Amino acid sequence: MAKRIEDLKIIENKRLNNDFFVLELSANDKLPVFKPGQFVQVRVDGSPKTFLRRPISIHDVDYGRNTFKLLIQITGKGTKTLSKLSNGDFLNLIYPLGNSFGLPDKNEKILLVGGGCGVAPLLFLGKYLKSNGYVPDILFGFRNSERIIELEEYLEIGKVFLTTEDGSRGEKGYITSHSIFSNGTYDKIYCCGPDSMMRAIAGYCKKNNIACEVSLENLMACGIGACLCCIVDTVNGNLCTCIDGPVFNITELKW
Amino acid sequence: MVNLGFSIGDLHFKNPVLTASGTFGYGPEFDDFLDVSRLGGIVVKGTTLEPREGNLYPRMAETPSGMLNAVGLQNKGIDYFEKNIYPSISGYDTNIIVNINGSYVDDYVTLAERINTLDKIPAVELNISCPNVKMGGMAFGTNLDSAREVTRAVRAAYSKILIVKLSPNVTNIVDFAKVVEEEGADSISLINTILGMSIDVEKMRPALSTITGGLSGPAIKPVALRMVWQVAKAVKIPVIGMGGIMTTSDALEFLLAGASAVQIGTASFIDPQASIKILEGIEKYLIEKGFSEIKEIVGYINRTK
Ligand SMILES: Cc1cc2nc3c(=O)[nH]c(=O)nc-3n(C[C@H](O)[C@H](O)[C@H](O)COP(=O)(O)OP(=O)(O)OC[C@H]3O[C@@H](n4cnc5c(N)ncnc54)[C@H](O)[C@@H]3O)c2cc1C
Ligand SMILES: Cc1cc2nc3c(=O)[nH]c(=O)nc-3n(C[C@H](O)[C@H](O)[C@H](O)COP(=O)(O)O)c2cc1C
Ligand code: FES
Repeated sequence: MAKRIEDLKIIENKRLNNDFFVLELSANDKLPVFKPGQFVQVRVDGSPKTFLRRPISIHDVDYGRNTFKLLIQITGKGTKTLSKLSNGDFLNLIYPLGNSFGLPDKNEKILLVGGGCGVAPLLFLGKYLKSNGYVPDILFGFRNSERIIELEEYLEIGKVFLTTEDGSRGEKGYITSHSIFSNGTYDKIYCCGPDSMMRAIAGYCKKNNIACEVSLENLMACGIGACLCCIVDTVNGNLCTCIDGPVFNITELKW
Repeated sequence: MVNLGFSIGDLHFKNPVLTASGTFGYGPEFDDFLDVSRLGGIVVKGTTLEPREGNLYPRMAETPSGMLNAVGLQNKGIDYFEKNIYPSISGYDTNIIVNINGSYVDDYVTLAERINTLDKIPAVELNISCPNVKMGGMAFGTNLDSAREVTRAVRAAYSKILIVKLSPNVTNIVDFAKVVEEEGADSISLINTILGMSIDVEKMRPALSTITGGLSGPAIKPVALRMVWQVAKAVKIPVIGMGGIMTTSDALEFLLAGASAVQIGTASFIDPQASIKILEGIEKYLIEKGFSEIKEIVGYINRTK
């Protein structure tokens, strides 16, 4: 799929809470067909402190309106600047980038696990799975109830379970301690979130013989396989998160 | 029509805009964004005799107007290059230059001999300035005797165009330029990255796995420009300037300071089309200023009083 560089118009910047906002972007030309797990490289503003592009997952796509969404967590200077953009502003993007999540086998029982900004690619993945006849369970972890994003769209995909670190909503504790893991039996888990969380989930999956794909969030410069900054150590040597990933089967990783 | 062409020895370049090693992959990474064959040349990723995995993650840190990298010459080695990469890029209608690296003088010589046999590679860039490897690399480029020895040895073994890439991490770069010119280099390219460092104060540890790394991007441009100007005045062979070039005007500064050509590095990460935009910008500038050849502006500031 050809990658493009393009100025996209922000048709909506919607603030969800203190942490998260959603940008809906409209393209001039017809959108290419995106795959769940793919990402874009966003040019923030070219100012000295946000010199490099920021990788952000594709959160949702609407081919009918020729728009797509990014769900962004404010974690630093670049994401903060993006949160202040107004409707009608333009944003320069390189997209679509990276590989994608793989479809599970028939009749498999699936769980999607997301923490922090890792929930972003899971809406697109969830919708994709649903349109292919799967009904995945969904488990999200947030710091507290004030940081939880709107869940309606996820509820249309499958059952949604929550953890918060302070117990203000859902089960209390880290995502990996949710009771779903002691009760449920899943054939495949898709996971995206902080490194420590993905490693814990991968460990659980290995121990219980569950297939698992994770979407890594390595630091990137180019996003197109040119700089070799985003590498991950795999059984096949160093691979680039930006072109060989961001999605990896945990059997490939040396976790 | 303006004539953008220039030559190093008997090798003609259709224009003075090349891409810098380690920032443009092998070319195909950019096929979706530009016609690689329009460039004056591409310098492909640093290549070694044996495959190398490079340094551990994290190998990149963003810094104000730039970035630190500690990639450490990750590449699949010359055998893989010759068998798998070379056939897929030799169709580009531009000068493909291989950036060669080694731990010992013999490594450089063997690599140069191997590349001498590849018809579609008219030049090598001898990298004696990589700050991110334990052995070789910058060690050759920061000691005059070593720089002399490796240039002499490669010159004896390699008959095509030899470009030597200098390190800025020295007290007097002109001394190095003169030494490699004396030893028969056809051209000098500079600068490689400047040794730097960054610390994550939240995690209270260095941002890079290697602690130090190479700084590139606009942050280094004034230093790079000064060094290019110094070297261009001191040697007779053509100089290829680089370091923080993001725009046409940046590139023009290097040409006016005395560089015969420029390489575009980190800019390609921000805008994969930067090299072509700069090429178009240079042409437009020449037309607007009423020049008919790129040569007329090379070293312009050194000629006028
Ligand atoms: C393939 C991919 C997809 C991503 N998808 C999304 C997404 O859909 N939504 C979203 O909100 N974020 C996503 N991220 C993470 C996002 O890129 C970073 O949060 C962002 O670059 C931070 O920029 P900043 O300028 O705000 O932070 P900075 O000021 O640069 O840094 C602030 C803090 O964020 C951390 N940080 C910086 N870059 C990253 C990174 N790449 N991953 C994790 N932490 C980082 C830094 O270590 C620092 O602690 C994704 C990352 C990757 C690699
Ligand atoms: C990620 C990265 C990898 C690099 N790899 C190489 C390399 O393999 N060989 C080399 O001679 N220079 C390498 N360089 C240095 C560049 O070619 C160039 O000299 C330097 O980045 C300064 O130019 P710039 O500021 O325009 O990027 C690398 C630079 C970066 C940022
Ligand atoms: S970010 Fe440059 S190679 Fe992956």
